[in-house]
Amino acid sequence: MKTQLSAKDIDELTEKARSLRIEILKMLTEAGSGHTGGSLSAADIVTVLYFYKMRHKPANPEWRERDRFILSKGHAAPVLYAALALSGYFDKALLKTLRKIGSPLQGHPCSCKLPGVEISTGSLGQGLSIANGIAMGIKMDGLSSRVYCLLGDGEIQEGQVWEAAMTAAHYRLDNLCAIIDNNGLQIDGHCCDVMHIEPIVNKWEAFGWHVIDIDGHDIKAILDALNKAETLKGKPTMIVARTIKGKGVSFFEGKVEYHGLAPTRDELEMALKELHR
Amino acid sequence: MGERPQQSTPAAQSTVKKAIATRDAYGEALLELGRQRKDIVVLDADLSGSTKTGKFAKAFPDRFYNVGISEQDLIGTASGLSLTGKLPFASTFAVFETGRAWEQIRQTVCYSNLNVKLVATHSGITVGEDGASHQSVEDVALMRVLPNMTVIVPADAHETKQVIHAIADSYGPFYVRLGRAKVPVVMPDDYTFQISKSFTFHLGKDANIVAMGIMVSAALEAAKILRDEGIDVGVINMSTVKPLDNEALLKASSACRLIVTAEEHSIIGGLGSAVSEFLSENNPTKVLRIGIKDDFGCSGTSDELLHLYGLTADNLVRSIKEALA
Repeated sequence: MKTQLSAKDIDELTEKARSLRIEILKMLTEAGSGHTGGSLSAADIVTVLYFYKMRHKPANPEWRERDRFILSKGHAAPVLYAALALSGYFDKALLKTLRKIGSPLQGHPCSCKLPGVEISTGSLGQGLSIANGIAMGIKMDGLSSRVYCLLGDGEIQEGQVWEAAMTAAHYRLDNLCAIIDNNGLQIDGHCCDVMHIEPIVNKWEAFGWHVIDIDGHDIKAILDALNKAETLKGKPTMIVARTIKGKGVSFFEGKVEYHGLAPTRDELEMALKELHR
Repeated sequence: MGERPQQSTPAAQSTVKKAIATRDAYGEALLELGRQRKDIVVLDADLSGSTKTGKFAKAFPDRFYNVGISEQDLIGTASGLSLTGKLPFASTFAVFETGRAWEQIRQTVCYSNLNVKLVATHSGITVGEDGASHQSVEDVALMRVLPNMTVIVPADAHETKQVIHAIADSYGPFYVRLGRAKVPVVMPDDYTFQISKSFTFHLGKDANIVAMGIMVSAALEAAKILRDEGIDVGVINMSTVKPLDNEALLKASSACRLIVTAEEHSIIGGLGSAVSEFLSENNPTKVLRIGIKDDFGCSGTSDELLHLYGLTADNLVRSIKEALA
């Protein structure tokens, strides 16, 4: 686990995030279905976690002292699969099997089928409770591992999220850092139209969390926030990452229809041109 | 509860014993496990006094988590603890545990095949005065349908203790259904519980009652009355409802012309359904299902409710006679 970023590190991570986006788009196009927008919006956060911040061993996914990552917004499976493949958990060629019969890369992550996936997710609202339980277990064992949980912003409309929010604060789970991928969109439209979620920061503060509000596409800001969270004792941290749905591909950015649509072959070609630019 | 009538087998003779609520046995079993194993953790959702997990909480405060009135979070938190190698027991009332948090149990516990033990108390109508909102007559159906889930309904306190120890030693998701009211101890002193093994008190030539939970006691009483009248009725304690003890069911159904299921649960989706499903495919036999008939419970004392819904030895006797006639 490193804490200081050099200019070279930032360049490398930016490049890595670009690679993640390319793999996400390729696998989704190959699958012909899946969630493009929310995978791309989380790419920078997941990149910083998997390729800089988290202590993990791809050759030994069950390593007891690892940091844990829970993808509560399980529909962003492609960003997790890309991170796992590029970290070396499995052969990158497997990404082509996403959503296909017999593949360990299920439409939503399944821990029984794919090493590196901590827990099956996909039904929204459940990840934070699980992250709490892991954080409690780690504390009982006296380990210094940290737990990261990535939620969608629409996801916080689920009541269980707020049950878990209370539990994390009550048990002072300062080894837990949750992140909201706040891209402002959900399937049926803008979150503010479907069901208001703001003011997000005030809500989490009121629930007893330390809240850090950042640009979720700024590599340095993401790492600074993750580092800051580690120094805060006595309460869990929520990083509200302001992101753009479909980030990295101009014609997907901010488009609600690409929540659950995969790119066509033509769109993939155009998208890759943009990303390689 | 009065003394049990004499039974014709040595096993059944030992039914002349005191009555203890299965939830009390659970509280004691957790204490024993807590002393034996450091990996046991217990979670509750603001009902630790009623579920009896409070005893564990008092003895091992560092290994007890009260998550407040939030059953969905209860299941998720227990799941997370299991992912760090802990052995979580999560308890609340049956209706809340299996109903309010069903999808969490499905998605997180069963789909990921976690080592999480769900032990719910206050099942069935013997919850009593609290009424239908707190009485669960659907929980076995809800749990039985889930892949990877094992469902156990102990007949008495003696069996409950053994069940709790057995599931602690067996990997995977388990649902154990316990009650609030005192029930007579019916299992023999030398009885040893094994997952997916039923216990046959007596094999009847006319009919056999396959019972779970508190209905085992009523079944034994009914069988005694019927045998005194010359009708040979056996009793099987099918404490593991999933997976069923198929061998015992084949044996019982081959020995008689009527199988009777008895459960303090809806006859839709519970033990009656499970037995019917198996027998219709493997040894078609007439099955009479005694249980709650597509209905909710209501307020009353547990004894009044058992009479109202026909979950008594007398109603078993009457129903079996009619079915055999």
